[in-house]
Amino acid sequence: MMMILLRRLHPQTLRVLALALVLVLVILFFSSQIDNYFSPRMLNRIATSAAVILPIAIGQALVVITRNVDLSVGSLVGIVAYLIGDFLGKHQGLDPFSTLVLALSLGGICGAINGTLVAYGRVPSIIATLGTLALFRTFLVEYSGARTITTESLPPWIVEFPQAVLFSIGNFEVRAMVVIALVAALIFGLALSKLRLVRKLYAVGSNPDAAVMSGINSKRVVFMAFVLSGVLAGLSGLIFLAKFGNITVVAGLGFELKSIAAVVVGGVNIFGGSGTILGVLFGTILVDTIDNSLTRWAVVSEFWRDALLGMLILTAVAADTFMARSFVRMKRKNALKPKTLPPEIRNGK
Amino acid sequence: MMLKSETQSWKTATFFFFKSWEGLLVIILAIILSANMFLVPQFLTLQNQINLFQLSNEKIIVALAMTFIIISAEIDLSVASVMGLSACAFAYLVQGGMPAGVAIVICLFVGAAAGAINAFWIAYIGIPSLVVTLAMLIGFRGLARVLLEDKGIGNFPEWVNALGRDGFIGPFPLAFIVFVILLIIFGITLHRTGFGRQVYVIGNNADVARYSGVNVVRIRSILFIMSGTVSALAGLFYAARLASVRGDAANGFELDIITMVLLGGVSIFGGKGSMLGVLLSILIVLNLRNGMALENITGHIQTAVIGILLISSVLIPNLIENLRISNPTKKKTISVSGE
Repeated sequence: MMMILLRRLHPQTLRVLALALVLVLVILFFSSQIDNYFSPRMLNRIATSAAVILPIAIGQALVVITRNVDLSVGSLVGIVAYLIGDFLGKHQGLDPFSTLVLALSLGGICGAINGTLVAYGRVPSIIATLGTLALFRTFLVEYSGARTITTESLPPWIVEFPQAVLFSIGNFEVRAMVVIALVAALIFGLALSKLRLVRKLYAVGSNPDAAVMSGINSKRVVFMAFVLSGVLAGLSGLIFLAKFGNITVVAGLGFELKSIAAVVVGGVNIFGGSGTILGVLFGTILVDTIDNSLTRWAVVSEFWRDALLGMLILTAVAADTFMARSFVRMKRKNALKPKTLPPEIRNGK
Repeated sequence: MMLKSETQSWKTATFFFFKSWEGLLVIILAIILSANMFLVPQFLTLQNQINLFQLSNEKIIVALAMTFIIISAEIDLSVASVMGLSACAFAYLVQGGMPAGVAIVICLFVGAAAGAINAFWIAYIGIPSLVVTLAMLIGFRGLARVLLEDKGIGNFPEWVNALGRDGFIGPFPLAFIVFVILLIIFGITLHRTGFGRQVYVIGNNADVARYSGVNVVRIRSILFIMSGTVSALAGLFYAARLASVRGDAANGFELDIITMVLLGGVSIFGGKGSMLGVLLSILIVLNLRNGMALENITGHIQTAVIGILLISSVLIPNLIENLRISNPTKKKTISVSGE
């Protein structure tokens, strides 16, 4: 029975199911440890902090699928949050939609710089984005002149936005910013499974040579991945601005690690070519749930958070590696059995 | 042109420019040195030359170990966290009343153990080093924070502080002397021993290395344990120099360290690079930073300049190669070879 199930399911589906199971176990564990764990406050706390990370995690996934990595997303979130906050302070009348467009295009332009360097300049992504991580942050520090964007300087609609509730189920409110992040996940999840243009990301990531030979312009695809990562970092930056209101030059510092953690835990292969947005969504929620729950857990000091997060990432990747290997072994074993060979081969011999 | 794969073009690019890479670095270094001498009169004093190393001794020591790691086509992002962990462990143990000498030995073992953890996942289990050391960058930093929480601990024995502050032989501090000794040992190991050759072979093609009888698992393990130990040593120097340690000690140093190594002509894809190139790039980075500091340019701009230098060190050779290929008179035929 188990074997039939294993054979029927795609390994990616299996991976997401395992992740969901782990998430449920983690939630059950913490609910037995922390009083009042299932309160609306706790849910909101986790949901809103996951909403900031989810867009950059999706962007990171798109880039990782093409066999690259974007280390500059943290600096991008900082730049967008700060510059848009600064701009809104000077132009109070700007409407939400224009602000969104502005934030996304600002992120997209920065992403295009990364994309140009990696795709057309042929600089390895880890070098290029390590460099732009420093460059973008420097630009922000120099531009800001050590000023802080404060909540008072922002127009009221963006300050009130984090409290905006779209609808509520019983006591649980669903915040608008959470919905925005989820919509982004839905759009990219569908695009990755349905859109031909976006599916080229997988082709380039799983075998760049074969992709080029089958007529895919792999440079343009890699460029597109970095631009999309920038656009999504712009969305994260805007959510960050709305959530915190007070923005300093260290905004988004270290987010690149969080996004990579979410992507890797979510089962995206770091060598490119595979991964799903559903997995990334679960990965983000899992990392965030653990992060937020550990701060509330009285048994261990909150300083254990990072140490445990590191272990979690390793465990996830190790589990992934073992699963992939045993899957290959299982397939090979089945292939050796004469029964499983297709009839024409069995009879024709 | 269309048939050529990304990695191949990258390899041909490095091939064309590797021949003259050290030469290029020498020219850049000469330009920076003369500009510094021209702009800043006190640049060539002995004290300034020592200061120039003093502020980055820990990073350049780790850069030597990182050279081995990157040549073997791996990466160790956790070095700065291991430095922080060892510095924090030292402060924690000394504050708990342990003699500083014993604490130093224990910290070196902590570094070796950290490297062994990396080595286990990378060499034995076979998880990419980028992922393992990224997780450990977070994990080891977390452990460092667990040890010190949000306190800053100083009050080291006077001789520890003196080692970090004063000259050990003449005006040269101990960390600088250790750097020179390690440079010589590592340089000889990399370029003159069988072990060093095996590191290059693994970096070029780990499968070929394995089939030709190189014990890849063992060499990778040695490299990561060595990297951990050297990072721990550098972390101790850092603690001694600052005479006080916080949980975020050495945070973010991995960027500078990797920049130094890559600028030195070591290929991120492994198999290429030399200790001479890394030494030259260390001198370039230090002199550039020092010159900018003497010209009152802030640390952030310095980091940006280093970042630009890092990107252009790869970008410019690629662009020149593009020109060379698009020039029809010198067109080279590049065949697609199998794996």
